[in-house]
Amino acid sequence: MTSALPSSGSIHLEVPARTEFVSLVRLVVASAAEIGPDMAIERVEDLRVAVSEAATNAIEAQAASGSTSRIGVRCSVSDDKVVVRIHDEGGGFDPDNLKELPDPGSPERLEYESGLGVYLMRALTDETEITSSPSGTDVRLVVYSSKRSPKDPHRDG
Amino acid sequence: MACAARPGCPAATVTVVQIIVHTHEHGSWTVLTVAGELDVVGGPDLRQHVMSATQNGQSKLVLDLTGVDFIDSFGLGVLVGALKRTRLANGDLRLVITEPRILRVLELCDLDRVFVIAESVADAAAVPAGGVGT
Repeated sequence: MTSALPSSGSIHLEVPARTEFVSLVRLVVASAAEIGPDMAIERVEDLRVAVSEAATNAIEAQAASGSTSRIGVRCSVSDDKVVVRIHDEGGGFDPDNLKELPDPGSPERLEYESGLGVYLMRALTDETEITSSPSGTDVRLVVYSSKRSPKDPHRDG
Repeated sequence: MACAARPGCPAATVTVVQIIVHTHEHGSWTVLTVAGELDVVGGPDLRQHVMSATQNGQSKLVLDLTGVDFIDSFGLGVLVGALKRTRLANGDLRLVITEPRILRVLELCDLDRVFVIAESVADAAAVPAGGVGT
């Protein structure tokens, strides 16, 4: 990039805890990620799905808790990565104690119509951090641009 | 959205139509052609269409997802539920997926081992029973 202007920027979005807003959150974050100079379209698509999972979880948790607060979404775009933070004030969950799904080949697999959200977030991003307590949950998703390998030991967190 | 341009539609109302489903027959199969986003908003719509079909005795379903441009775990859950419902009704479910990013989400979750996935409705209908992985 020859431009002297920095391409980094930050967006802060607050949405009501209603599922109709999940698509808006996806749209805003994916559009912001596309501004990142080296972000491959496949990585933007990965982020779109991961953000959808986090936003859906946040909205459902907060709606279930009866809180009238909004869901907070922060998206920071820089030359080498996109960082998305999603905050809710729902009842929280234990991200390390999720139910393991049966083998895809087994008939029992069809008994589970949910439970893949956190798995997909982790599979589709370079970093997924979930901090959850009974007073709310923060999810931090990081996707690096295609120029930097996810295994690059020098990347910052 | 279209709502904003319609007289009498309150500005504060969010009207999101995220999927459109058309139904037609292909041989012994009922094909649901789905367009839109299969997430927490569009997913329940599709679930309702699948339930209506199986309740009407249409238990051999092809879900043509060629026009689906987004799917997340909620949408995957609806597909798993659809497979379960058709099997309970002694039928079957086939998927038509051509979009690599949709296929990628299923593959990440190993669901390509659960569903019969084809590239066209004709191919989906032609797969023999019990044809997962063929």
